[in-house]
Amino acid sequence: MPKRSPTLKDHWREQRLFLSRVAASAVVVLLLTAVLVGRLVQLQVFDYQRFSELSQDNRLRIEPLPPTRGLIYDRNGVVIAENLPTWQLVAIPEQIADLDAVLRDLAALGLVDEGEHQTLVDLIRSHRGFERVKLRNLTEAEAARFAVRRHRFPGIDIQEGLVRYYPFGPASAHAVGYVGSISQSDLERIDRRNYAGTSHIGKTGIERTYEDVLHGEVGYRQQVVNARGRVLLDPAEEEGAVAGLETKWPVPGRNVVLSLDMRLQLATYEALLGSRGAAVAIDPRNGDVLALVSVPAFDPNRLAAGLSRSDFAALQADNDRPLFNRALAGRYPPGSTIKPFLGFAALHYEKRTEHDRTYCPGFFRLPGNTHRYRDWRPQGHGSLDLRDAIVQSCDVYFYQLAVDLGIERMAGTLLSFGFGPPTGIDINGEIGGVVPSPEWKRAQPQFKRPEDKVWFPGETVIAGIGQGYMLVTPLQLAHATATLAARGARFRPRLMIGTEDTFEGRFTYVEPEPLPSVEMDDADWEIVNDAMIGVTRDPRGSARTPLAGTDYVVAGKTGTAQVFTVAQEAKYNEEEIDERLRDHGLFIAYAPAESPEIAVAVVVENGGGGSRAAAPVARKILDAYFAARGTGVVEDYVALQR
Amino acid sequence: MSLSSVEWGAKPRKALGAPGLGKLVVDLPLLLTLIAVTAFGLVVLYSAAGEDLGRVARQGVRAALGFAAFFVMAQIQPRYFRIWSPWLYCVVLGLLLAVAVEGEISQGAQRWLDIGIVRFQPSELMKLAAPMMVAWFLHDRTLPPSLPQLVVVVLIVLVPAVLIARQPDLGTALLVVAAGGLVVLLSGITVRLILASIGVALAFAPVLWIAMHDYQRARVLTFLNPESDPLGAGYNIIQSKIAIGSGHLFGKGWLNGTQAHLEFLPERSTDFIFAVMAEEFGLFGVVLLLILYLVLVGRGLYIAIQAQDTYTRLLAGSLSLTFFVYVFVNAGMVSGILPVVGVPLPLVSAGGTSMVTLMGCFGILAAIHGHRKLLPA
Repeated sequence: MPKRSPTLKDHWREQRLFLSRVAASAVVVLLLTAVLVGRLVQLQVFDYQRFSELSQDNRLRIEPLPPTRGLIYDRNGVVIAENLPTWQLVAIPEQIADLDAVLRDLAALGLVDEGEHQTLVDLIRSHRGFERVKLRNLTEAEAARFAVRRHRFPGIDIQEGLVRYYPFGPASAHAVGYVGSISQSDLERIDRRNYAGTSHIGKTGIERTYEDVLHGEVGYRQQVVNARGRVLLDPAEEEGAVAGLETKWPVPGRNVVLSLDMRLQLATYEALLGSRGAAVAIDPRNGDVLALVSVPAFDPNRLAAGLSRSDFAALQADNDRPLFNRALAGRYPPGSTIKPFLGFAALHYEKRTEHDRTYCPGFFRLPGNTHRYRDWRPQGHGSLDLRDAIVQSCDVYFYQLAVDLGIERMAGTLLSFGFGPPTGIDINGEIGGVVPSPEWKRAQPQFKRPEDKVWFPGETVIAGIGQGYMLVTPLQLAHATATLAARGARFRPRLMIGTEDTFEGRFTYVEPEPLPSVEMDDADWEIVNDAMIGVTRDPRGSARTPLAGTDYVVAGKTGTAQVFTVAQEAKYNEEEIDERLRDHGLFIAYAPAESPEIAVAVVVENGGGGSRAAAPVARKILDAYFAARGTGVVEDYVALQR
Repeated sequence: MSLSSVEWGAKPRKALGAPGLGKLVVDLPLLLTLIAVTAFGLVVLYSAAGEDLGRVARQGVRAALGFAAFFVMAQIQPRYFRIWSPWLYCVVLGLLLAVAVEGEISQGAQRWLDIGIVRFQPSELMKLAAPMMVAWFLHDRTLPPSLPQLVVVVLIVLVPAVLIARQPDLGTALLVVAAGGLVVLLSGITVRLILASIGVALAFAPVLWIAMHDYQRARVLTFLNPESDPLGAGYNIIQSKIAIGSGHLFGKGWLNGTQAHLEFLPERSTDFIFAVMAEEFGLFGVVLLLILYLVLVGRGLYIAIQAQDTYTRLLAGSLSLTFFVYVFVNAGMVSGILPVVGVPLPLVSAGGTSMVTLMGCFGILAAIHGHRKLLPA
């Protein structure tokens, strides 16, 4: 008790007052506690479901597991496209102090492109601090160059990744295509979910057409992340499965087996190297494309690794158009290569017999017209039958024949061989050619005035030697040649002959797709076949020199397509005209002539005549084919299937 | 009270008239409950601090210091508290001024005073000094106090409160006001006066609003609508509610709180440790903690009722109720029914000054009870 009590204090009253205050306080304390508990019950019992989900959403992140892209093989199991471990230059934004300076230093080392500066800054800024941002793939030399200077680049690192690799580079580029970074337009045609975590997609060729087969199915795994999204628990890095974390493994893409024979493909590429042109080789028995080359080509590995914008622009601006697939989309006048087909039409429609002869004075004139349609041989070929006309490639014979056949029949026959609309080969980028006819001409928007839409008789004449409006692609030419070789049996040209399961390696063969065949009498075929053998065998055969001495019999036909129209009285002088205006050289062939296994079409742009420019290429392809003949393995596959 | 112990520790013992003369004064109900709360707190802290034993050990040392303060205070004759009250108040007020002049800035606020060996927050001490001073001022006056006396009381409380609020530490300032105010409340002022003072407080609210720092204003606004700024000011409270709500009845289990361990929950070892507890131990765990707290408050109020003079009565009552205010403000803020003010969860949140001060307070309560003179039966 207090010792001093100077004022009068009513202790009892004070104590009662105090007691009542304490009692009131105790009630308030209990009430407030009840409020607290009520709040906790609300959060932890009534709203538990919602908060539980929110907490799950907080901690789990779905990490996509991109599938491994399927490989591409040739018919013998040679790898044409594979996935190689590579070095990638990555940035870890949170560790970079001065992004601009770092990128400038990297550019000085040649590791990034100066012109990409802003793009890279935006790319890096768009990621979270701890994420590894892939800048580009490095070559081994670049990786080494960076490695020794790594300490100068905090926040820049190199890591391993997979990059698409094409061991044959440009040689297979136009057939197989390439993969590249997924673009905005790619995004519109794919299921984005299935591409989560995938950076590349097929852009052209097989890579694009069989994207669905090659890509596979994306998987995912749940990861535990912290508040800043940093991964704390990754089931892939833990022993066994982590409770409550789902993982769905990706399904790798299937391997694609092509009809290409890389030995042939390489031989074709090497034969064409240095020129502009294309060559396609087809197995007439099933439409398998054995070789498909367009030159100049590009290195698909550079594109897969990622070209800088300026390099890609340079590639696109190249006058020789290396990105352009001439085999599928290059349209050329067929020139004299059309003659065997028209010869067949003449026999078929009974406009000519084997023995009917035409006199060639070196030119042709339509009745009542002074215009001279010149023969390539100014002095003329004299009198010749169909065989002679094909062997020597007489123009006058075919001018006359065209007039006798009429454009409608010519067009009908050519269409039945697969000229005109695209063949429907299983890679995209193919465009059709032109088989002209009065009907076709009327439909052309470039002929505006009604009088221009009229079909002139002269147009029929030049159509007889594959000039004028007619255009073919090398693929169409090869397909038509294969059809001729197969006595009219047609198959849709194809590059993929099967797919292979990645795990078990089980091969699934795809049957060739027959197309409506061309009705062809064996007798007629024999006549044309014999004439085409003459082209390579006869002393006067237009391709006797380039195909001399083969131990297999080749049926062929040369062609020369005019790029530059020579004036009526002038002479074509190769030396005087620009290289780009020189004639295109064409050649078609199949072999062995008695039982054809391979049909080839070769176009060499501005190469001069077909005999000089194109036939030697075909010779190399055929030589390669017959050297390798019977040593492939696809024949075994096919045999096993049956 | 860290200044206290050594030289005065021995003196009061002779004057004891209490039962167990010459014995150590240990209030067993208080001590056991304090041990339970502190132990529970350390267990939760281990989890909240990311299983960092070092931090738990440091907090353990602080708790040990706290218990030392408890024992020392418990041995002091309560009249000495009364006698020292004005001195302590003046010293702490001086320290607050010192902090204001050259305190150490930590986390943007000037709260710490470094006195060589330890760094502590004088504002924490004011939570004890202010009610002691008010109780001292009122102890020999007729209660309920008159209006002029109340004006003096308001000054006693407001001067340090303003200094603390300017640090800025609004939470502690409010708690100092609460502690002083509770003394007045217990002293028996009329209901009319209570209502009047609430009216005055409301009238001052706009003034307070203007005087507040931007971040303080943001906290209040965020409290009113946390979803308005889910990644900014509202983030803390949203994540804290997720932590509590996802705890359910029995929690996710010790060390298994995803909100806490994956760092979604801010300030998880200090102001928001209540949410960690709620996440890992569920409703069951937090209600258990609240019960322990109520036991402490109840024991304190019982001691106040049993106290034999005005000073100890007012002090014991005020300390007990202030303790509850701490609990309520912290738990209320963490569970989203009060705005975010920096008030730690008493005896659980990591932090030394608060722990030692609170333990000292309970020591005073033990002393008030243990040194009573028993009336002859």
